[in-house]
Amino acid sequence: SLRIQSNEGWTSGSGAALPRRGGVPGGGRAGCHVVASPAPEPLRFLPLAEVFAPEETRAAAPVGFLQQLPSYQSARRRRSAPGGGTQERRAAPQGSVRRRGSEARGPEREEDDQAARPAREYPLSIAEKRRLRDWQQADTKYLSGWKQWKRASSKSVKKVLNEAKELSSYLQLWRRDIHSIEGKFGTGIQSYFSFLRFLVLLNFVIFILMFSFVTLPSIISKYEIFNSTFAKIPPQNTEAHCTVYTPSGNKGLVSFYTYLKDLLSGTGFLEVTRLFYGYYTIDAAWFSILRYNLPLAYLLATFAYLALSFLWIIKRSVEGFKQNLVHDEDQFQSYCNKVFAGWDFCITDPNAARLKHRSLLYELQTDLEEERLKRKIADRTVKEKLRIYSLRIFINIIVLAVLSGCFYSISRATVFSQENSNVSISNVNFQANLLVQYLPSVTITLANFIAPQIFSFLIRFEDYSPYCKHSNLKKCWRAQVGQEMYKLMIFDFIIILAVTLFVDFPRKLLVDHCSWKPVQWFGLQEFGISDNVLGIVYGQTICWIGTFFSPLLPAIATIKYFIIFYIKKISLIRTCKPSARPIRASSSNFFFLVVLLIGLILAFIPLGISIAYIPSSKACGPFMSFNTSWEVVPDTVLGFPTGLQQVIYGIASEAFAVPFFMVICLVMFYFMALAGAHKRVVEQLREQLVMVRFDPLFCTPKVFFVMSVVGHAEGHQFS
Amino acid sequence: MGGSASLLPREALGEYQELTFLSKQEILLAYKRFSELLPKEERENACSARVPKSRILTLPELRANPFQHRICHVFSTSDDGDDSMSFEDFLDMLSVFSDSATSDIKSHYAFRIFDFDDDGTLDRKDLEKLVNCLTGQGEESRLSTAEMEQLIQNILEESDIDKDGTINLSEFQHVVSRSPDFASSFKIVL
Repeated sequence: SLRIQSNEGWTSGSGAALPRRGGVPGGGRAGCHVVASPAPEPLRFLPLAEVFAPEETRAAAPVGFLQQLPSYQSARRRRSAPGGGTQERRAAPQGSVRRRGSEARGPEREEDDQAARPAREYPLSIAEKRRLRDWQQADTKYLSGWKQWKRASSKSVKKVLNEAKELSSYLQLWRRDIHSIEGKFGTGIQSYFSFLRFLVLLNFVIFILMFSFVTLPSIISKYEIFNSTFAKIPPQNTEAHCTVYTPSGNKGLVSFYTYLKDLLSGTGFLEVTRLFYGYYTIDAAWFSILRYNLPLAYLLATFAYLALSFLWIIKRSVEGFKQNLVHDEDQFQSYCNKVFAGWDFCITDPNAARLKHRSLLYELQTDLEEERLKRKIADRTVKEKLRIYSLRIFINIIVLAVLSGCFYSISRATVFSQENSNVSISNVNFQANLLVQYLPSVTITLANFIAPQIFSFLIRFEDYSPYCKHSNLKKCWRAQVGQEMYKLMIFDFIIILAVTLFVDFPRKLLVDHCSWKPVQWFGLQEFGISDNVLGIVYGQTICWIGTFFSPLLPAIATIKYFIIFYIKKISLIRTCKPSARPIRASSSNFFFLVVLLIGLILAFIPLGISIAYIPSSKACGPFMSFNTSWEVVPDTVLGFPTGLQQVIYGIASEAFAVPFFMVICLVMFYFMALAGAHKRVVEQLREQLVMVRFDPLFCTPKVFFVMSVVGHAEGHQFS
Repeated sequence: MGGSASLLPREALGEYQELTFLSKQEILLAYKRFSELLPKEERENACSARVPKSRILTLPELRANPFQHRICHVFSTSDDGDDSMSFEDFLDMLSVFSDSATSDIKSHYAFRIFDFDDDGTLDRKDLEKLVNCLTGQGEESRLSTAEMEQLIQNILEESDIDKDGTINLSEFQHVVSRSPDFASSFKIVL
């Protein structure tokens, strides 16, 4: 049979002359796979693999459209690379000579490739890379001066970038910790901790932003550093008693209880600090001749941190998600992803490895089973479908009822708390007072705790395939202002600490020392990624909403997440067992970021409403002299020169907005059409690739010649 | 430390930085770990010594890895076929598995590691051995024959573009480039 294996990437640079390590000769076969085609002429096939020296087949250039294939492009790149794809990694003395020869064939075309690809990007052994690099350097002499300089400069630029990258990875927070978690628990759980690290960084940057644009100018001008002065917001034409706000702070001696209470609930001495926005009563600060409009800066810094969070989250979620749009199949669940990228090569612990084996086996078996079931589902009767859909509707109604119950109880608790928190303080009523203050937070946390349990129970009846679980969000909270946000944040932190101390550790001690059957069956807990992620996203959403009302809140959030990292890490290592179900880093990462994005968008709503509609408090804060916080922007625009004003009004008017919207729609439709066209081309190319195997027209001319010769010979034989 | 008194010469360090994807710290750490695998008297010439496969497999990064034998086989440049590794082979291996290696290089070497019979393609037997490596070494930790058939059929459906029943390098690289987990799982850091 005429069988020549098609294997584009495997041009063996060492050729058949070298002794092989042992194995099938012809590891570098290339060419074209020709099978019996339904042609009238009986073609006979011969084993002709040895006839073709590997490098000769490079001459075959497939028909034009096939050159668009990504595989052909990469194969061409590799072909033009000397010795690319070699199976032999031993020093090949003839190799360099042959490579140089092949390079001389196409210097123009290859040159740009060479300039772009340093030696280390070739899949060769170090000895061969060394020779390649020496040859590349020798080759430079033959280039023009301009090209030489270009190459030298790009090389030094790359070197500098490398050094910078090395340094920045050295500075990465918690590199060792995350690496050890990865080694023991796999990349799925490691992605949770990377997510936590990202949140610490995000909060820190938000804090820097708010601090430098809001708090720092007020500090500088208050203490008159750099000869700055400030102007307080001028009094309005309103009644005196409306503009005088006395925080419920204590004057004189305070007992320890009240101090603690103030710390936990953000009242008293904390209220008058820079922590809350009531403090920022400066209208403008003067740095020599520059006028710094503090209310405007406050508002713009708020928009800036929201936009920054939004863009950063989107950038992170796109990174791991590049080529998902071309094919319909779900990239995360594909079999190839599970088999070729299934094993975490960073696992170092034999126990973890054993568990990983088991979880992979379980996952593959479950998926195969699900696929067999899907074929059955397609044959579901109408009656069954009706039953399933009505059950799902019923369960969704129950979920909505639970959610509205949560909202109602939280709003009742908040109203009750607001009404009753003005009782006078005395030691006897300290606990009661604190409880009343914390009632909304407690209710929210209870709702957050109970509702998910209810929902997990209900999910089982909905009969979705397992991966739908990820989209079932459970959020029950309601926006509160500065102090409430602060209280929520502190309480959330306390709860996390308490759960770890009073639930996780005792459970571990119990399992270790008590050999009672039910206890052992209950066992150690697994690290619940979804619950943990929802917990920290909840905290982050509070931070986003609260930062507008309390500019230093991100600093508290940074410290809180910093400590939570260590708490969770210790809890994971000491009290958790690795999960039986495999967790994939890529889908986990994407899931975390989607949930975070939803939290951010949910944060936009109360912030948007409070900035644009709710009248700002007349007695405190930087927006005292405006009706709503947003008003400071039109106010500032009025102070611009007339030309600029016209431009800004023009942009904000309908005459601009409608055409702009139409243009954006057109651009979107264009890209959609482009994507659709590309998709069709890819499908066509795939079909054609299958045909290439059967159609002798696309094979090398040599093959065609040989085939005709053979056919001729056979014809003679038969005649 | 006692045995690794000899350091890597500076020019060699610079050259290895240029020829691999490893940073200076990583190369020095690799040198240290490699010297620890050698017996005391050979540690002076760590750069030219070869470590037998059995010693390499005692590294924690490799001992729990089901592909440990294939990794040693693919990266070894030994003439005797005993899969022993020199320091440069060791660096090569770490370079391919490092964070900064290009996905092209990673997929190329992944293909060679998964190609159990070294014939340049992944056929059904290779895929079967691959899946068995993933699920574990016991008899009870294997898929049944029917499940294996179904799984291999699905894999070939997803990745075999020219429908010849085997996966060649280009097809493998194509399917792995769309696999979101590959870059994060194909990683070894000392």
